[in-house]
Amino acid sequence: MSDGIGARVKRKEDKRFITGKGKYTDDIRVDNQAYAAFVRSTHAHARVVNLDTSAAEAMDGVIAVLNGHQLTGDGIGNIICGWAINSKDGSPMNMGAWSALATEMVRYVGDAVAVVIADTQAQARLAAEAVEVEYEELPVVVTTPDALADGAPQIHENAPGNLIYDWEIGDQAATDTAIAGASHVTEMEITNNRLSPNPMEPRSAVAIYDEGEDHYTLYTTSQNPHVARLVLSAFYNVAPEHKLRVIAPDVGGGFGSKIYIYPEEITCLWASMKTGRSVKWTSDRSEAFITDAHGRDHISTAKMGFDAAGRILGLKVDTIANFGAYMSLFSSAVPTYLYATLLSGQYNISNIHANVRAVYTNTVPVDAYRGAGRPEACYLVERMMETAAREMGMDPAELRRINFIQEFPHETPVIMTYDTGDFDGNMDKAQAAADVAGFAARKAEAAARGKLRGIGYSAYIEACGIAPSAAVGSLGAGVGLWESAEVRVNPVGTVEILTGSHSHGQGHETTFAQIVAERFGIPIDNVQVVHGDTDKVQFGMGTYGSRSGAVGMSAIVKAMDKVEAKVKKIAAHTLEASEDDIVIEGGEVKVAGTDKSMAWHEVGLAAYLAHNLPEGMEPGLKEGAFYDPVNFTFPAGVYIAEVEVDPETGVTDIVQFTAADDFGTIINPMIVEGQVHGGIAQGVGQAMLEHAVYDEDGQLLSGSYMDYCMPRADDLPSYTLDHNTTVCPNNPLGMKGCGEAGAIGTPPAIINAITDAIGNNDLAMPATPQTVWRAIQAAKAPLAAE
Amino acid sequence: MYPTTYHKPETLEAASATLGDAEEAKILAGGHTLLPTMKNHLAAPTDLVDIRGIAALNGISEDGGTLTIGATTTHAEVSNSPVVASACPALACLAGGIGDPAVRHVGTIGGSVANNDPAADYPAAVLGLGATVVTNRRDIAAEDFFDGMFATVLEEGEIITSVRFPKCDLAGYSKFPNPASRYAMVGVFVAKSGGSVRVAVTGAGEDGVFRHEGLEAALSANFSPDAVDGVAISSDGLLSDLHGDADYRANLIRVMAKRAVSAVA
Amino acid sequence: MAKVKLTVNGRAVSRDVPDTTLLSEFLREDLRLTGTHVGCDTSQCGACVVHVDGKAVKSCTMLAASASGGEVTTVEGLANGELHPMQKAFNDNHGLQCGFCTPGMIMSGVDMVNRYKQAGRELTEEAIRHELEGNICRCTGYHNIVKSIQDAATKM
Repeated sequence: MSDGIGARVKRKEDKRFITGKGKYTDDIRVDNQAYAAFVRSTHAHARVVNLDTSAAEAMDGVIAVLNGHQLTGDGIGNIICGWAINSKDGSPMNMGAWSALATEMVRYVGDAVAVVIADTQAQARLAAEAVEVEYEELPVVVTTPDALADGAPQIHENAPGNLIYDWEIGDQAATDTAIAGASHVTEMEITNNRLSPNPMEPRSAVAIYDEGEDHYTLYTTSQNPHVARLVLSAFYNVAPEHKLRVIAPDVGGGFGSKIYIYPEEITCLWASMKTGRSVKWTSDRSEAFITDAHGRDHISTAKMGFDAAGRILGLKVDTIANFGAYMSLFSSAVPTYLYATLLSGQYNISNIHANVRAVYTNTVPVDAYRGAGRPEACYLVERMMETAAREMGMDPAELRRINFIQEFPHETPVIMTYDTGDFDGNMDKAQAAADVAGFAARKAEAAARGKLRGIGYSAYIEACGIAPSAAVGSLGAGVGLWESAEVRVNPVGTVEILTGSHSHGQGHETTFAQIVAERFGIPIDNVQVVHGDTDKVQFGMGTYGSRSGAVGMSAIVKAMDKVEAKVKKIAAHTLEASEDDIVIEGGEVKVAGTDKSMAWHEVGLAAYLAHNLPEGMEPGLKEGAFYDPVNFTFPAGVYIAEVEVDPETGVTDIVQFTAADDFGTIINPMIVEGQVHGGIAQGVGQAMLEHAVYDEDGQLLSGSYMDYCMPRADDLPSYTLDHNTTVCPNNPLGMKGCGEAGAIGTPPAIINAITDAIGNNDLAMPATPQTVWRAIQAAKAPLAAE
Repeated sequence: MYPTTYHKPETLEAASATLGDAEEAKILAGGHTLLPTMKNHLAAPTDLVDIRGIAALNGISEDGGTLTIGATTTHAEVSNSPVVASACPALACLAGGIGDPAVRHVGTIGGSVANNDPAADYPAAVLGLGATVVTNRRDIAAEDFFDGMFATVLEEGEIITSVRFPKCDLAGYSKFPNPASRYAMVGVFVAKSGGSVRVAVTGAGEDGVFRHEGLEAALSANFSPDAVDGVAISSDGLLSDLHGDADYRANLIRVMAKRAVSAVA
Repeated sequence: MAKVKLTVNGRAVSRDVPDTTLLSEFLREDLRLTGTHVGCDTSQCGACVVHVDGKAVKSCTMLAASASGGEVTTVEGLANGELHPMQKAFNDNHGLQCGFCTPGMIMSGVDMVNRYKQAGRELTEEAIRHELEGNICRCTGYHNIVKSIQDAATKM
């Protein structure tokens, strides 16, 4: 089957995008459209003393100026964090109140205090500037260590010392003992830099209130419209679920930042009801920088003990995570169950202990961003491994191989059970593709040109398809993490797949159709994937955490199983054969070993005509399924970066980047490669270019593309990719997930390569030219002193 | 944007009159700085006078070694001009490195020079080559023209009509772009005429573009990359920001100067 | 108000709009040609690139009034009965994921191929990467965008 599993099928969804006919939220304009502009705090921490909206209300085109007191007065609930984490003493996390429009206090620059609704966007923006807010400024805390310092400004009353939780995992005493008995201990302080997600489409919302039906419709840039509807309904009390339709049309990238339900969407819905107008808001990039949830921002200290042969005896980690001013939807899970549980990496480590503290600061809320916790874990483990190899005088690949887990399933000391993998095989493939053997010659040749060439490894593992629901529920998750699908075979034999997954670049309209085409032997053009609309699709959980293959497609398979069973019954009945003898092949439903068959569409028609169905069978051919995974999946791989550094300027050129990934079964290699490419670019961005930097007053210094360095085409090489396949035993297609791997595996490979090139291991991300140049100078300094 | 009134006069006189009549007018010569500033509500001119409809302000000519570039000539036009390539290839190269291709199709030399962004490229060439900025009122020597960050000696209503670049023997420009904005973090323009060398530095100075006397003396004596090594480059008066502090910029001045020289020496 | 007269994708249009109207706003809001996108406010991302009088420009940084009298081509006007080779190449080479930067990438791609062909210069991978300085993509890591433009260059 040319369009089936494993085929490089060109994307079905491309046509509308390449011809300019995509429909993104900002492309939607409805009758009676009004526009929202938010009045935002210019202070990082302040008391709102007075809000004077009179001048704004008098301006041209202004329909209303609404504030937080009105919002809470109408019963709109506070924004929630959906994953409860208890501290190690058993106390619940300290979640501070977050209203979509602030009332008494503002806690970061960008915190919204009011909204203007006007006839045009320009009028709304001008009027928003005319709202006079009187603030009483309060002391500001921006960095993680400052947040925990004695006497630090208190950001939320119910979080003493700005501490949200103090959590641990693993056996501390055993880990301490193991490290105490080590023949070598590697110790590092590691910072994971704060990032801004920057999907190219800024967030946008169009809220429509229908007074006659008492019904709301929200078009929004969401990765998970059903979850948005649930949260808007159950927690924010905007409307009951059956009176609220959420549509996420074409969405221009998400990377985690469009999982969350932000103040703006809540406010637009509420304002639509208040004003009787459809309310539209579209972020500009400057606004996105100060409102979209940021990512990462950890500082850690770590100790890893080795025996004389280089085997890891124990790993001890102490991490502080910056959550910003409020707890965003999944923030609490990121540095705990998405981070600390991955600290075993690909290695057989008997003893691990991690302590994680989460703190408030006067900065934009921080939440999951592509990889979410796993990049932080991978960076820590893989920087430690490379550093340890250097300290012990071992080959970094060899040190990894000595410690690779060889037998599966493997239970780590941080609650994960790795199902399958071939870590040596990944390393073999990566080393071959990267021509590691030829590196020394390339380094010498570069040196002749005055360039410092270095090589760096990263052996990453991640956990995707977070599940099963009961397990995550026991760990504090406020939702189940299954997925839904409905397979509708139409009377003419074409098929619609209704999926709870949401595509915002991942190519589901193609890959999901491929598995249907393969299974039923029908042309891929006869399959339509429907998603992103709560009125069309049954409840689903959406797309994040590389879950749409392993979980979303598994739900489709489960629904197809049911369809197939019914098809076989109908065919067996019509063809007067045994169900067990029916096979579906090449668009036909056949009796095996005979020439008796029905065309696929004839079965569909028979199901709907219902003139001759088996006794007791309901008409129609449409089946739904909910799939709850039995375990996480564990994509893993080895990345090798090779860089050349210009010692005069610190400019680093990535001359070769090799990725060997094990994603289990691959449906469409073209799309999977694209996911890896994009992930690598974001990983390079974190490693070398991107940094969300605040000044001491809590003003974001890198608040536009003038200062926040987005990866561009000339910052990046063409990538060399290879695949190794161990099939995931825990889902029907054997898939593991590929969306986040690049962002997880790349940063340590890059930093390991640069530090190798310059001969100084003390290098922080992002390794900008200035940072690298300084590290080169620092490495020279002791030599000069000699 | 705050409301504004757009004008597109066809003569210099009409432009001048509009500028004189308006409450607070700005000249629009490309807009790649002005329009984003207006979008962010950081500028609010009552009137915009688009001078790109004035035919006399556009074009490139060479006469007796002097290269004249009209104010509304775009970066792309300069970069692709055979006249510029033959008279001063470094200038063509500089123009071809401003912004990105779409920016170069719209941005103009007059706009860049009048704005005097401390990280812009053209001021380095204007100062490095000892050019003359010609306005509707007078000729202004490069030495006198730039007046600190985002400031020039242009008066209210004064319009740059062209920039005249004198002939030089050799010229080179080397730029270290800011990784994020791609503006010059340091750009060094060197120009040799007879035994005299001028060196102009953009991107680095707290007061905008400046000449570096130490480099000029060393390169006048010995126009070679090695000559740069012996020069003390102070970080005093250099910019410090997220992407590079004054010490790093001082280092980049040295490296870019060497590269500008080695490209042509 | 400014009278803006343009030929957009071969059709003459005329509208009275506020003087502050950007070309991108004029295309998106007045003509409802929403294929042209706006992804930043500092003229860097290039999602808004269209051709004005045959040259790629950032429509978010040009007043509609400034363009008046000119000819504008947007991504919607590129296909002529069948897909433009650049559009086809983006599909063939998986040069897009979320699609948001794609119109700008395609319009910049067409412009660069045209310029290099006109100048008789070879459009190498390095040249394409350099020419894409004004177009930001967050999804593809550029690998397949570069391949798409290389592919289209052989067919234009």
